[in-house]
Amino acid sequence: MRTVTIVGTSLAGLRAAQELRAQGFDGELVLVGDEPHRPYDRPPLSKDFLLGKIGVEDLELADAAGLLELGARWHLGRRAVRLSASDGSLTLSDGTELKSDGVVIATGASARTLGDGLAGVHTLRTLDDAVALRREIADGGVRVVVIGAGFIGAETASTCRALGCDVTVVEAAPVPLSRALGPEFGAACAGLHEENGVRLVTGIGVAALEGDTRVTGVRLADGTVLGADVVVAGIGVRPNTEWLDGSGLVIDNGVVCDEGCVTASPNIVAVGDVARFRHEGAHVRTEHWTSAAEQAGVAVRNLLAGATVAHHANRGYFWSEQYGHRIQFAGQAAAEAEVVEGSLAERKFVATYLRDGAVTGVLAMDSPKPFTRLRRGLARAATVPAG
Amino acid sequence: MIRACDVDDLPDGEAVRLLAHVPISVFHTEGQYFAIDDTCSHQDASLADGWVEGCFVECPLHAASFDLRTGQPTCLPAKRPVRTYPVVVSDGAIYVDTAVAQEAIA
Repeated sequence: MRTVTIVGTSLAGLRAAQELRAQGFDGELVLVGDEPHRPYDRPPLSKDFLLGKIGVEDLELADAAGLLELGARWHLGRRAVRLSASDGSLTLSDGTELKSDGVVIATGASARTLGDGLAGVHTLRTLDDAVALRREIADGGVRVVVIGAGFIGAETASTCRALGCDVTVVEAAPVPLSRALGPEFGAACAGLHEENGVRLVTGIGVAALEGDTRVTGVRLADGTVLGADVVVAGIGVRPNTEWLDGSGLVIDNGVVCDEGCVTASPNIVAVGDVARFRHEGAHVRTEHWTSAAEQAGVAVRNLLAGATVAHHANRGYFWSEQYGHRIQFAGQAAAEAEVVEGSLAERKFVATYLRDGAVTGVLAMDSPKPFTRLRRGLARAATVPAG
Repeated sequence: MIRACDVDDLPDGEAVRLLAHVPISVFHTEGQYFAIDDTCSHQDASLADGWVEGCFVECPLHAASFDLRTGQPTCLPAKRPVRTYPVVVSDGAIYVDTAVAQEAIA
């Protein structure tokens, strides 16, 4: 393999580049990224960066020296528009044609949007999104309606509140986060909103956004209008796969690949939010930082081997920070769950999820030490031998 | 020099956190003692709460890992090293020389 092109320069793409070099690839390395920025870290965008506690330079995933060390050719601010799986040829938005022996697809996902370009309506996915949102809320005193009480919505609400905004969160489901954490623990996490002076409206959908050129309110399904100066939509993402139409790859809610992130073409692998990999008999897509970081090493190993010799373990680890509380989760939720340390009422606890008596997942609030111990126990149980 | 604890109070695989000019944690692993800055260089988290394996500690929050011998991070999200400090064992007690912070060398 003489040339590898990585499409996507966020965490998964950068980690793939680092892994290629670490695993001995000394051929030509090309990186293509649609954002003009050097690789940056997204988790702080809704927290310390939005709060103004850290700046752009603090977000960088690697410094200039670290990027130079990769010895790669970078195409930033250009998006890939076409791939042919049969010969690995790529076309970029500026017409550049690239030929590669191997391709790593790391194009991530885009935030679902609302409002058709109405001013004051935001999403929070990219650095530019965060800069634009921060400009509107930095001085506090504005009415913010956050649509969606998932992790991004909750973190954004928490930060807006910390900046002194008047915040309402609207969630269509009766209990926020119940799919990820189960109803009992979803409710426990969602309880943080009202304890911190943020209104939480659940079990009702959004009918429309009001306003001519700039948003003035959010109209709910029952006709209630919530006045708003700023609206943030935290309503999920869709994988960035449009550019792969006609590529010959199987696309179904992501790039379909095997346990080792390899597509039906052994010279093309997919990593990060865009990858829908095989795991325990089903295909899943995870949108977690740690998955992106870990998949890169596995995918690159398989790409260089020309076959699937390693599997991604899918430890399902993620974290969130809201209202000064640290929430950590690993593994998979299950119907049965119990608090094993602390209590929900104190907002300091560790809980385990159980299936047939076996621990499938761990959730913790403000308890990093016992969480880490239990998470490591899970990881050992889930370790997949490299084939 | 700051006294950390008795040797008997720090079994292998455990860590203890000290309050010096900055929080410092002392680890006992692989039959040796190591002292490093307790606060992860990525975000505010106590490395004494982390997971020790061999000569490495994994941050309990975001799974950054540091080499206890050098203070160097071994993976993202940490990019900056933590400082290391000499440890002295004397008369059954563990001491840390907090005046001699060693900046990690890449």
